This record gives sequence, structure tokens and C-alpha cells, in this order.
Amino acid sequence: MHVVVITKSVPDTEATVTVDGSGNVSWGDKLVINPWDEYAITEAILLKGAHNVTATIMTIGPDEHKEALKHGLAIGCDQAIQVWDAALEGHDSLAYATAAAAAINKLGDVDLVIFGKELSDIASDIHVFQTARKLGWTALGSVAKIDAIDFGAKTIQVQRLVEQGIQVVTSQLPAVISVIKDINEPKYPTFIGIRKAAKADMPLWDSAELGLSADDLAAPVKVTGYRELPKREGAVQMIDGASAAEQAATLADKLLEEKVL
Amino acid sequence: MNVFVWVEQHSGAPLSSAWEAVGLARQLAGDGTVTAVVLGHNVNDAAQTAIHQGADTVLKADDTTLEHYRFESYVALLTQLVDEHKPDIVLAGATAAGRELLAGAAADLNAGLLNDVTDLSLEGGRLQAVRPVLGGKVLSVEAVVSDGPQFATLRNRAFPALESDTGRSGDITDVAPALAEDAIRTKIDSIAETTGQVSLTDANVIVAGGRGVGGPEGFAPVKELAEVLGGALGASRAAVDAGWIPYEHQVGQTGKVVSPDLYIAAGISGAIQHQAGMRTAKVIVAINKDGEAPIFKIAQYGIVGDLFEVLPALTEAFRQRFNS
Ligand SMILES: Cc1cc2nc3c(=O)[nH]c(=O)nc-3n(C[C@H](O)[C@H](O)[C@H](O)COP(=O)(O)OP(=O)(O)OC[C@H]3O[C@@H](n4cnc5c(N)ncnc54)[C@H](O)[C@@H]3O)c2cc1C
Ligand SMILES: Nc1ncnc2c1ncn2[C@@H]1O[C@H](COP(=O)(O)O)[C@@H](O)[C@H]1O
Repeated sequence: MHVVVITKSVPDTEATVTVDGSGNVSWGDKLVINPWDEYAITEAILLKGAHNVTATIMTIGPDEHKEALKHGLAIGCDQAIQVWDAALEGHDSLAYATAAAAAINKLGDVDLVIFGKELSDIASDIHVFQTARKLGWTALGSVAKIDAIDFGAKTIQVQRLVEQGIQVVTSQLPAVISVIKDINEPKYPTFIGIRKAAKADMPLWDSAELGLSADDLAAPVKVTGYRELPKREGAVQMIDGASAAEQAATLADKLLEEKVL
Repeated sequence: MNVFVWVEQHSGAPLSSAWEAVGLARQLAGDGTVTAVVLGHNVNDAAQTAIHQGADTVLKADDTTLEHYRFESYVALLTQLVDEHKPDIVLAGATAAGRELLAGAAADLNAGLLNDVTDLSLEGGRLQAVRPVLGGKVLSVEAVVSDGPQFATLRNRAFPALESDTGRSGDITDVAPALAEDAIRTKIDSIAETTGQVSLTDANVIVAGGRGVGGPEGFAPVKELAEVLGGALGASRAAVDAGWIPYEHQVGQTGKVVSPDLYIAAGISGAIQHQAGMRTAKVIVAINKDGEAPIFKIAQYGIVGDLFEVLPALTEAFRQRFNS
């Protein structure tokens, strides 16, 4: 029984982001594990506690993403794999998914792939669903709870948060899922875990090893540059008044006058 | 340009985000054809409405296997239809299902997908998009660079829908599902609908509460104002984590991203992660007893005061004005 978590490092959400005159973006150096992936790793560890599961953590990215791998190892994942080479530079979600699927296929015996809901840097979940298609597996997005998983019978039942409410679905394994905050209370690395992770050997798989050609990794989308947000007009207008009722009346009139409502 | 639009519907009722996509499709199509793709069960009305909203033609698959959106059955069919009809562009609203569906079909076809965009244009026949990234702190400009169909999902409320025109007519063609029930590995056991609530991502108005509401009962005045304004109820993560309100109400980086006309934040400090979810609201009103709270930096209007006094006063003020 084998569960794989796919992760990546992202800029710290607190970082100050700047754009220069040529449309390049920078955010300082600090990277953290994609916040959503903390839930994905924790769920893999919880499955490991309840079943005879091997938990592998994998990244598709350059060396800075190894911090995210170490984070997973320090929490209790059994092995970490980095997938990367120059052919993946400037990749988009499709190339990422193609590489992820090839690496999962190389592992061979995977029952479940867990992603965090999205990548907080590019604010996108495309790679989750594209990986599922490249594997030919089904995908269950926004999982709030795994109700039941039976690795023998190869079934999983989950609760998904969908636009209309909570959907309970049963699916066959192998499958790809993405998890949201409701699913667990994230576990954090322990001191011993961090020491072990620092010494762990993390194999690097390149595209040749995965049998992928440059054509397979062609990226149909390119980021051409970054822009500052349009500035919000003017400063905040503070609504004063002798009482809350007076302030409320002034604000209500303004909002109606400006046809905001 | 020929443009496909996936029309998302639930129990036969299309989402407004679908009509926003049809509106944009009309613009991008020029002299080309806008085709609405309507998948579901008992969706004749939805198909007809798609024409009224601006589509020229409809491809309709009406089948029990398609009653609810499921990744495998929907992706397989959309991929097949795109492969057969070769549209230049495929659009959908960037709802959870819209994002999954277009990502899946784009993967099948090795096509480019621009996700959750707030601006979309054609440059030399290729789609170029603007979308907020890095917690909504900057905009990234992205372009499709490959040949073949180009996919994009549109942020809710970022593009206007057209006025409905019931005089419009167009062909509605029936198509068969791509997968039989036996071939679909996912079965829906139940759906517990959160009924009677305005969806956050579709809402014109959102009233949101944070840690400042102090407890689950503290959401009562927030809810009352939302009701009077016909709006949806939002929350900060602090309020969700405290267990005062379910996660589906959370706005922010790890919650929903919303762009209403009016966002009223009460008892919310305005942390960067909260801003990531609501910064694109047209008008932001902040109510906070701390005049130094960061939320005032992005607000148009601010009231420094106790939300338990200000919210009921606002509810009362709007009640009076709506009744007269
Ligand atoms: C990776 C990550 C992801 C995150 N994602 C999100 C997210 O998606 N959404 C989100 O919201 N947060 C998110 N956060 C958390 C975020 O950083 C803040 O902690 C959170 O938004 C704070 O919520 P708050 O404003 O309600 O609480 P606080 O910051 O505690 O603010 C409460 C405010 O209420 C005011 N107040 C108190 N009493 C009253 C009263 N009676 N009347 C008026 N005002 C009053 C106070 O002056 C204060 O400004 C995330 C954090 C991290 C690290
Ligand atoms: N993990 C990923 N999944 C999907 N797309 C990605 C991923 N990482 C990076 N990208 C895309 O590739 C661009 C450059 O990424 P990077 O080299 O990681 O900074 C990003 O702006 C994204 O558009």
C-alpha cells in the first residue's frame, strides 16, 4: 500500500512582493512549504498510522523545493523523491503533471496520490487534475474527510466540499485527491524528525530516467511578465458621527448614492 | 474564432458564471460561432437559456449518467467534443468544477489553459490573460504559446453577462455521453446541500465577521445585515478556526476568493491572507474598533467602533431606506 504526496516550496505569504520595470517579480528569499500541502502530508501520515502504508513525498522542481521534501520526511514520510532537470525549467502545469504522472508510474504500486488543494503562489489547482488525467485515474477535489479507505478492495469514500454543500462519493483506487483545511489538524516536524530528514538521501529523477522527451514536456502556457496591482483610488474615508446610528446613516446614504447597492 | 462555453448547471439551474463566460465568448468570437456545451439531466431549459444569453448553438448531452458533475464522465465528454468540433477557444467559469473540467480536457488534448483569469484578450490569435498570483499581491500576465484549442476559466464576476434576449434562436444538437455508467469509477452517495444561502463567489454583497465577533453568537448581527442586503456571509480564518462558523464561509488565501460589489468586514484585522481573498471587491467597508487595523488601508469607507453597535445600526439604516 503506497500513498504519494506531491509538494513544492512557495514564497512565504507574509513576504513583500515587488515588480521591477521589466516585469520581473521578487519576494525575498524565504520559501515555505505550500501551506495546503501540510494537510496532504498529515493525511498521508494518518493513513500510515491506520494501515500498512508506505508514504512517499515527491516534488517536481529545482533544489529549493527540497525544503518541502525535508518537511515531509521530518513529519514521518518514508522516502522523498525530487523530479527535476533543465527540460522542466519554465514549465507550466501540463509539463508538471506529465512529469508527476511519469514519476508515479515509475514507483509502480501507488494506490493514492494526495495534493494540497492548490499552490498558493500561482493560485492554481490545474496540476492536480492534469496529473490525474495523465495517469488515467479519477480525481476527487476538495476532500474534507476520508470516510473510509479499503486498500484491499481498492475503494475510497470521501466527503467533498462542493459549491452546493457536502458531497459524499465512493471511488475506486488508484485515485488522485486534493485536500482542504477541514481534513485534519496539521502535524509539525519534531526535533528528531528534522535531524533524520537532514541526513536522508533524496534521489533525483530526471526526464531521461522517466522516459520523457523534450516534446513530452513542452509547455503550452508561458508567463510573460508580472504587473503591480492597480492602485486603489484615494485613502480610506472615515465615517465619523456622534453615535453608531449617525455613522450608519451616513454610510448607508453614501453607499446608496454611489449605487454600490 | 469559434468558441465553446461549458454551461455549469445544478439541478437544471445554470450558474451566472456561465453567462459571464458566454458574454466574453461573444466578444472573442467576432464573426465566429459561440457554442454552449450543456451537460446534465433534464437540461432543455438550460440549453434554451444559453441561446438567449448569447450562444449561437448548443451541444446538449442529456443523460442520467451526467445528472451531477463527475470528473471522469464530464472530462471524457468535453475532450471528445473539442476533439470532434475543433473550437479555437474553450471557456468556463472558474468554479471548482469549471477549473477541474477544463484542466482535465486540456491535459487530454495537451492544450494550454489559463486559469481563473480576471482579464482575457486575443493577441495574434492567441489568448493572453491577467490573473492575480502570490496571494493576490501581483498580477501575472500569461499567454498560450501552443497551437490547437486554447482553454481559459474566468474568475466569477470579473466579466459581464449579456442581457437576456428571448428573441434569439439557435440549433440545439443532442450528443451522447462518452462513458457508460459501468465505466465511471466514481459514484455519488449523497449531497447535503447548504440550502437557502447565497453563494459567496456569486454574491454582489458579502458581510464578513472575524475574531472580533467574539463567538458563534457574535455572527448574529453579521448575518442580519447580510440578510437585509441580500448578501452572503463571510468569515476570517480566525473565526473559522475557532469553530464559530463552518469553513465554507472562509474568505482568503486558504478559503474562497471573492469579488463582490460591496464587502463589509467587521471585526477583521485585514491580514494579508484575508486580503488575498477579497482585495478585488469593488467597495470595501471596514468596521473595527482599532483605527490602526490594516483593513483600513484597503477600505474605501471605515468606521472605528464596536461592531455590536455599528452592525445593528447599519441593518436598521438599510431597513428604513429599503422600506421607504
Ligand atoms: C498560510 C496561511 C493561510 C491563511 N489563510 C487565511 C484565509 O484564507 N483567510 C483568513 O481570513 N485568514 C487566513 N490566515 C490567517 C490570517 O493570517 C489572520 O490570522 C486572520 O485573518 C485573522 O483573522 P481576524 O482578522 O478575524 O482576527 P484578528 O487579526 O485577531 O483581528 C480581529 C479584529 O477584530 C477587531 N475587533 C475586536 N473586537 C471588536 C469589536 N467588538 N468591534 C469591532 N472590531 C473588533 C480587532 O481590533 C481586530 O482588528 C492564514 C494564515 C496563514 C499563515
Ligand atoms: N508546481 C507547479 N505546478 C504548476 N505550475 C508551476 C509549478 N511551479 C511553477 N509553475 C509555473 O512555472 C512558473 C515558473 O515557476 P518556478 O520556476 O517554480 O518559479 C510559475 O510562475 C508557474 O506558472
